[in-house]
Amino acid sequence: MARFMPLDEAVRENLKDGDTAAFEGFTHLIPTAAAHEAIRQGFRDLTLIRMTPDVVYDQMIGMGMARKLIFSYAGNPGVGLLRRLRDAVENGWPRAVEIEEHSHAAMANAYEAGAAGLPCAVFRGYRGAELARVNPNIKSVICPFTGEELAAVPAVRPDVTFIHAQKADRKGNVLVEGIVGIQKEAVLAAKRAVVTVEEVVEDFSGLHPNLCVLPHWTVTAISVVPGGAHPSYTHGYYARDNAAYLEWDEVAADRDRFRGWMEENVMKAGPDDFAARVAGLRAA
Amino acid sequence: MGDFTPNEMMTIAASRALTSQDVCFVGIGAPSAACNVARLTHAPDITLIYESGTIGTAPDVLPLSIGDGELCDTALTTVPVPEMFRYWLQGGRITIGFLGAAQLDKYGNINTTVVGDYEKPKVRLPGGGGAPEIATSSGEVYITMAQSKRGMVERIDFYTSFGHGEGGDHRKRLGIKTKGPTLLITDLAIWKPDPETKEFTVVSLHPGVTREMVQETCGWKVKFAEKLEETPPPTVLELSTLRDLKARTDAAHKGGAPAAKRGAKDG
Repeated sequence: MARFMPLDEAVRENLKDGDTAAFEGFTHLIPTAAAHEAIRQGFRDLTLIRMTPDVVYDQMIGMGMARKLIFSYAGNPGVGLLRRLRDAVENGWPRAVEIEEHSHAAMANAYEAGAAGLPCAVFRGYRGAELARVNPNIKSVICPFTGEELAAVPAVRPDVTFIHAQKADRKGNVLVEGIVGIQKEAVLAAKRAVVTVEEVVEDFSGLHPNLCVLPHWTVTAISVVPGGAHPSYTHGYYARDNAAYLEWDEVAADRDRFRGWMEENVMKAGPDDFAARVAGLRAA
Repeated sequence: MGDFTPNEMMTIAASRALTSQDVCFVGIGAPSAACNVARLTHAPDITLIYESGTIGTAPDVLPLSIGDGELCDTALTTVPVPEMFRYWLQGGRITIGFLGAAQLDKYGNINTTVVGDYEKPKVRLPGGGGAPEIATSSGEVYITMAQSKRGMVERIDFYTSFGHGEGGDHRKRLGIKTKGPTLLITDLAIWKPDPETKEFTVVSLHPGVTREMVQETCGWKVKFAEKLEETPPPTVLELSTLRDLKARTDAAHKGGAPAAKRGAKDG
């Protein structure tokens, strides 16, 4: 049953050292505010899952919070490589990170299997792909009806999933729209789910009947954080801060500059700072 | 209009390979520019699909990421990511997968995972994303990249996305029923696989490009078709369409201009 609470409480109650955690968002609706709160609270030894780890995972890895990363594309979209992740993988700084690497098709299927309560996902994939050689969690099964060999990967079942969404109603039902990505599957696959939203509305009456709504009883905690996806965006509220993604490439290039930036913009900041960051990105 | 850069020629030559009948799964970067130039010139009815779930999208500026709001705002529909990969890609509804590459070999195998050893990489690249399955589930695959000895290599460090493997009927032997890479467009030339060996062979040189220039920027010994053509130069329309698109894109990304259309697609 969804409970409304401040973000610091929601993170403290639902994330623990050593957890397997997904902060999901497919370019759109990335739960940056929740990730920054987790950074401030200093969790360690996390297994981080995400299809497209980008800037916030670069930040968490650079702060030494992750033991392992399960992912399918680790880049700064449209900009380049993730420099803190590279430093961790190539040089073990600030600590070595174990990697379990998949394709998008595999991760999407694995989340869906998790949401569906299945132990594994089966799909036509990884043919001729070398990831199957380096990732022991990529196996194959034979279709009992046709004899076709298909790829199999274990279901993704996070201890906790964090997502950002447009809005909740007073009961705690959550509406996600635009590029809905993998959010619904990531919430339903997880034991606990924390959602940050732009706003709370009285109720969802009058909306299109097929919108993506997560019923309040699928969500553990909701925190209202306007701008909470920045520098990602929230469809209908504010645009993606592409300039910030370009800037991150420079910030993350240097260890000291990275630490300074984190101190200034994350450690000394809070959830309330996000609204101002998107003020110039809102539609007129 | 005689003045154009090799990169502009590459994008325009790539755009010409697409038609209004195609359903194209678009990779970010060079493929995205080519696909949108095609849509804005000779292929207005092409269906462009980005892996974020946007189907039939028509962005006014090139997206920086595969999930920019512009893609969703202008799409016919936007589906969840699992549906994208299951129903639309795996389901066999994509005619062309359009990919870029960090490293490419002569059989169209692509590496976007690591430079060096996987366990101890010299450079950790972003990884495969959608590409491993785009490469095997799309009807055929077009590849576009600028030529360099670092990028076009005799042997790639990691087989992220399977092309023709060791050549010949390697795809068939693995049970892959799609055609794989059928076209490579670089900043210097157009390449097609040999019908038997599947080795990429230069079939057309861009204007002003020599065989030596192609060989000097390629890490394997280049084969040229017996009848070598010259790529027609960009037309005035193609070049102005590409340059306008790039100018709009630069202005949008650098300025951080508000692009969210509040209520545009709300229910």
